[in-house]
Amino acid sequence: MSEQKTPVAEKPSVQTPAPSASGGSAVQRLFHGSAARSVGLVIALAAIFAIGIVTTGDRFLSGDNMLVILRHASIIGVISIGVTFVITAGGIDLSVGSVMGLTTVVASLASVQMAASQSSWLLMVVVALAVGALAGLINGVIIAYGNVVAFIATLAMLVGARGLAEIVSGRRTLLVTNTDFTGVLRADVLGIPVLVWIFALVAAAGWFLLNRTTFGRRTVAIGGNLEASRLAGIKVKRHLVALYVLAGVTAAIAGLMMMGRTTSGTSTHGLLYELDAIAIVVVGGTLLAGGRGTIVGTILGVLIFSTLTNVFTQNNMDTSVQALIKGAIIVLAVLLQQRFAVRKERKAKAKPVRA
Amino acid sequence: MLEDEQQRPLLEVRGISKRFAAVQALKGVDLDVRAGEVHCVMGQNGAGKSTLIKTLSGVHQPDEGEIFWEGEKVELHSPTAALDLGIATMYQELDVVDGLTVAENIFLGHERATRGVLHVKQANATARTLLERLGHGSLSPSREVGSLSAANKQIVSMARALSRDTKLIIMDEPSAILDAGEVENLFRVVRELTAQGIAVVYISHRLEEIRQIGDRISVIKDGRSTANGLHVTETPKAELIRLMTGREVANVFPERTPVPADAPVVLDVDGLELEGHFEKLSFTVRAGEILGFAGLVGSQRSEIMETIYGARKATSGRVSVNGKALTPGSVTAAVDAGIGLSPEERKSQGLILDEPIYRNVSLSTFERFAKAGLLDERAERQAAREQIDALELRPADPDRPARTLSGGNQQKILLARWLVHGTSVLLLDEPTRGVDVGARAEIYTLIRRLAAAGTAIVVISSEIEEVLGLADNVLVIDDGNVLTQTTASDIDEHGVLDLVMKGSAA
Repeated sequence: MSEQKTPVAEKPSVQTPAPSASGGSAVQRLFHGSAARSVGLVIALAAIFAIGIVTTGDRFLSGDNMLVILRHASIIGVISIGVTFVITAGGIDLSVGSVMGLTTVVASLASVQMAASQSSWLLMVVVALAVGALAGLINGVIIAYGNVVAFIATLAMLVGARGLAEIVSGRRTLLVTNTDFTGVLRADVLGIPVLVWIFALVAAAGWFLLNRTTFGRRTVAIGGNLEASRLAGIKVKRHLVALYVLAGVTAAIAGLMMMGRTTSGTSTHGLLYELDAIAIVVVGGTLLAGGRGTIVGTILGVLIFSTLTNVFTQNNMDTSVQALIKGAIIVLAVLLQQRFAVRKERKAKAKPVRA
Repeated sequence: MLEDEQQRPLLEVRGISKRFAAVQALKGVDLDVRAGEVHCVMGQNGAGKSTLIKTLSGVHQPDEGEIFWEGEKVELHSPTAALDLGIATMYQELDVVDGLTVAENIFLGHERATRGVLHVKQANATARTLLERLGHGSLSPSREVGSLSAANKQIVSMARALSRDTKLIIMDEPSAILDAGEVENLFRVVRELTAQGIAVVYISHRLEEIRQIGDRISVIKDGRSTANGLHVTETPKAELIRLMTGREVANVFPERTPVPADAPVVLDVDGLELEGHFEKLSFTVRAGEILGFAGLVGSQRSEIMETIYGARKATSGRVSVNGKALTPGSVTAAVDAGIGLSPEERKSQGLILDEPIYRNVSLSTFERFAKAGLLDERAERQAAREQIDALELRPADPDRPARTLSGGNQQKILLARWLVHGTSVLLLDEPTRGVDVGARAEIYTLIRRLAAAGTAIVVISSEIEEVLGLADNVLVIDDGNVLTQTTASDIDEHGVLDLVMKGSAA
């Protein structure tokens, strides 16, 4: 305690820009922050690449194969971005796969396609997004205002949305005949498929939203300590609803991408995607308990899984063996993460700071 | 009961000390407990009673000092080690499993079984015998514990202790959750136990109760023994209060600035009511005034704060700030009207521990710094840095995670949060809990200075001395009722304890 005390500041004054002192800590932040955690994922990705090159040589490294990997990553990638937000806030969304299936069915209905052919293919996009947002809204309201545990509320949506998709489609595969729609989604821009561009855009927007906006700050704060956030005056319930709507919208975007890729809408689209997405997000370094989320990690997680699948397929590995190995990798990744978290905590405890 | 004064103690504790990060919880506590006696341990909130209990039950290991059990030196490495010796503990939050039956709870952790197969009938029969020993043979062993009253859950907890061949039962404020009739019953059970030679360490701060049930009393204050093994019948009440209060390290409270007579009323609480907690509460706080809530744990102080703040929805009544009534049950309305709360549980209710200092400081204001939804972290850091300088928050690094700070500095983060926000009313719930003595003086000075700047402040503290030293006016409350309202200089610690103990005596 020093003798002199400056008066208590009453109002923030924002004029003075932060001095260069924060420059040093900015670099430190980069190394100690999510970037450092991502290094491990980059190494894992590089290792999988190395295995790919060793086992299949140039065929693996070819531009075409790279695009195969990216295209494979794009749909599940978009969903994973939405799920990253929900998990960062301490929630869970098991319904994204079903909601995705439902959006493909509704947007492929004959009546919707008819109306779209008379106006614009964008109508199908709007319908899909509306379906996804509505499903997310229902999830969010039940969770935030009905005080139902997210696991149960979204489990109910998982079952219910799939059932509704079957009813709406009559359990048939609906063909997407609108060539404007499929034309756009199956096109290449600068030699890269539109699906990959969409993933890149969603990922970039997600990164920005999580790291640079008040929406993202609220998300991290609620996941870090819901009660403290509520007592600080953050409108927690409203934000939770918005998060599930966001997850629903990403599921709808993924649904549109799937319709473009397969030119069909069916209730089985997106089956088990919710589990893949959760695995990807958690492997990427987002804490399942909330409070820490990383879009970069999620992107790396998606790439790891799709590259792995590609290497397996190139080597004609049995899909059952693939699944077995993926399961082992998920456990391994989470174990490593936990060890990291424990070490971080010990470090923090090792040098307590006294008043 | 006490027959032989020279009897060897069952449990003897010599000079145990225990330190947690920044707080020296125990600094030399002695205790000797004889078989078949009720030994009461008294002390104010924060005196170290809980730490002592946890040390005796093997949850904490002492840094210094020795524990002797039946004359032999022992080390209680774990709760199991204590249980194996014959020391059982009944915590305030009863450790029964609601979904299991009475018998299953009694044998929890030492189930009657052969190769994993439970002997349900035998367990039920043994449970019934144990319950009969406690005078509660009517309690069915197969009944689900969740359907029992708090009093009966206590009985189950005691039966569990008996089932382990226990020689000493520590009861942590067992009467706190009971009504008068149930307390009578509890005493009967305690007498049953002592008649069978079992020793009871009875923690309470209700003097009347201790007179009824206790044989001897030990008092701890600020982590030190101030009396050891006094005979209940020979010790007057005034002497006990003196032993519990009057600390050696007097906290230095800053000079009061008199509240101007024409200072406007800022916070007006009118007939506020929360069903099941408190009724018809009315008081006002003027600009520059510090109002203190004095009372013991369980006096509903935190519930009152949270209701004013909108974190709990009032059943009826009105809270107004600067003449404007707030929407009940809305934290946002309270915050927008200029109320800030520094909650009781700093870590679980106040801070995001893994987030940096500056984000914790700006938790209520980051939206204000943002432009069109885009965060302005530079402005947030700058605001945090100004508060760090003004409040002498250490370490002075806005990027340090809140988890790594001491209690006093974590408290400063919460003050900084509301300073940046700019509040006209501050509700401070236990602002110095877990804060060491040096940092306390700083916090006191800050609170006083905020009042001098015109903030209306409400302070809650379990430490009566703190409330009296810091506040201009004091509300003495117990169980949601205001016992008295007075200026702080017109009442002392004795007076408050006297009121409260009268009010809550069973």
